[in-house]
Amino acid sequence: MIVAIEALTKIYEGKQRVVALDGVDLEVNQGEIFGLLGPNGAGKTTTIGICTTRTQPSGGVVRIAGIDVMKHPAQARKLIGVVPQFNTLDRSLTVFENIYFHCRYFGMSHAESKARSTELLAQFLLTERQKAYPAQLSGGLGQRVQIARAIAHRPAVLFLDEPSAGLDPQSRIAMWKAVQGLRAEGITVVLTTHYMEEADELSERVAIIDHGRVLAMGSPQKLKDTFGAQTIINLKLKDHSGVEALALDLKRRPGVKSAEATPDGLRVFASSAEGLLPEIIQASIGLGLRDITITEPSLETVFIQLTGRELRE
Amino acid sequence: MSNTEGFGTPASRIFFVKAFFGLFLRDLRVLSREMGPFFLRVGMQPLLFLFVFTFIMPRMSGGNPMAMGAGPSFGTVLLPGLMAVAIMFTGIAAVALPLSTEFGITREIDDRVMCPIPVWAVALEKVCFSALQSMVAACLVIPMAILIPATPVLPHIHNWLLFLLILVIASLLAGALGLAIGSSVSPRNIGLVFSIIVVPITFLGCVYYPWAYLDKIRWLQVAVLFNPIVYISEGLRMTVTPAVQHMPWWGILPALIFFLGLLGRFGVRGFLKRVIS
Repeated sequence: MIVAIEALTKIYEGKQRVVALDGVDLEVNQGEIFGLLGPNGAGKTTTIGICTTRTQPSGGVVRIAGIDVMKHPAQARKLIGVVPQFNTLDRSLTVFENIYFHCRYFGMSHAESKARSTELLAQFLLTERQKAYPAQLSGGLGQRVQIARAIAHRPAVLFLDEPSAGLDPQSRIAMWKAVQGLRAEGITVVLTTHYMEEADELSERVAIIDHGRVLAMGSPQKLKDTFGAQTIINLKLKDHSGVEALALDLKRRPGVKSAEATPDGLRVFASSAEGLLPEIIQASIGLGLRDITITEPSLETVFIQLTGRELRE
Repeated sequence: MSNTEGFGTPASRIFFVKAFFGLFLRDLRVLSREMGPFFLRVGMQPLLFLFVFTFIMPRMSGGNPMAMGAGPSFGTVLLPGLMAVAIMFTGIAAVALPLSTEFGITREIDDRVMCPIPVWAVALEKVCFSALQSMVAACLVIPMAILIPATPVLPHIHNWLLFLLILVIASLLAGALGLAIGSSVSPRNIGLVFSIIVVPITFLGCVYYPWAYLDKIRWLQVAVLFNPIVYISEGLRMTVTPAVQHMPWWGILPALIFFLGLLGRFGVRGFLKRVIS
């Protein structure tokens, strides 16, 4: 186990008391890609902030390779690389220098730093842009430089906070490839995201986090299996008076696991939409059916199952 | 955060020095790209000051109104004062201004804060690097004072050790002041700082007149004792132009060290607050 988080709490005292983390326990294994999935404000960035020594917890312990990050922050920083949510590249330095000086901050000699920077620029296909300044780079390129810089000192764990925020789809796929490449190098990756596709695609294990608590943890497949990854059929209805009766009616039909009222109408959990759809439409037509959406089994449906809300609500 | 972290073994001490040196090299690289602006920034004020007050004014009919009854030539009074201003301005320009952007939207400081030495050392490096620039800026004033005035102003440094000591402490003090300002003032208000802090402490910093000459305005003479710039000016007066009346060394050195400790502590605390939540 490379990252161990125990009973982590963070409370922001002030006019409005905010409980950002409410007893988080997590364990990340050596060499895996671990995803923290949750909506904005769930506590993902706070968790990463504490793991990377930038935020002081109100309680609990974080150990990176056995080192307590609160007691020995400088030592812990040798073991971690961080790609923050925003572009924090040094605007006064070129792309090459951003990586070169990062190496120097970690005690490498001039020759070592130069060799490592050249190697990383080649690995991340940045050699051509090595003399550019960060302000001249696109979002995707900047992100790649940030990842290259973060792993330059060969950390054991790389923390990526919302790595695809603000990236176009193409850059996002390039970034995913880069992250998957890191696993081949044996670097453990912890990433936060509110995109369930990203968590599903990249992570070997995922923790679903909401309101500062871990709701479920496991491989995406295991989560889908355990929390009955079902097809979710959302119905928008005009007439809400007969919703309860409709729910009872639908629940009795084969293939329907459950049904519950939502502010807009009704949500049906089913093993599959196939064959069931005409029946549902027919049954709900009397209540003024206006719209119907189908969500195939995914981490998104697991999240809805766990919280009753959608990820991006 | 423990302050002694990472100093347990000789290996960790060597590592600390290497990382600190890395930060220093980064600043040196950035400065090397801005040599022109650097010299303009530090040179323009003393250049114009000397030109107007010691070159133009003595040539005006009626003589230099500012130097009337001043005893020693005004240029001699001005030399250590302008060195003090150069030191202080450089401290603020080299620490407070960059910090205000690095703490701002870009959070550029992040990568340096994440380097494997205690965070206070990152702040300390900023102060040390700024001190180096302050010393260069102060020494630049000397040739200007020799070349520009109608009557050349020559420094009379008898005690080089004391001069260097004052120069180093004063430069560190200016960096600590810059750190205190840069880490406690929001980027939006950094311009305002010049009007409400920098200008008053300069004008009331015994830069253009020796402290002793304030004896007729007793309340002011006492009030300015709370201004750290006074000790920088008087310290340089004592070591560079000792013929001009100045405070005794035992009044200057302890005050410089006191203000260095005070502003340094305040600055580092502000820095930590800005980077650790």
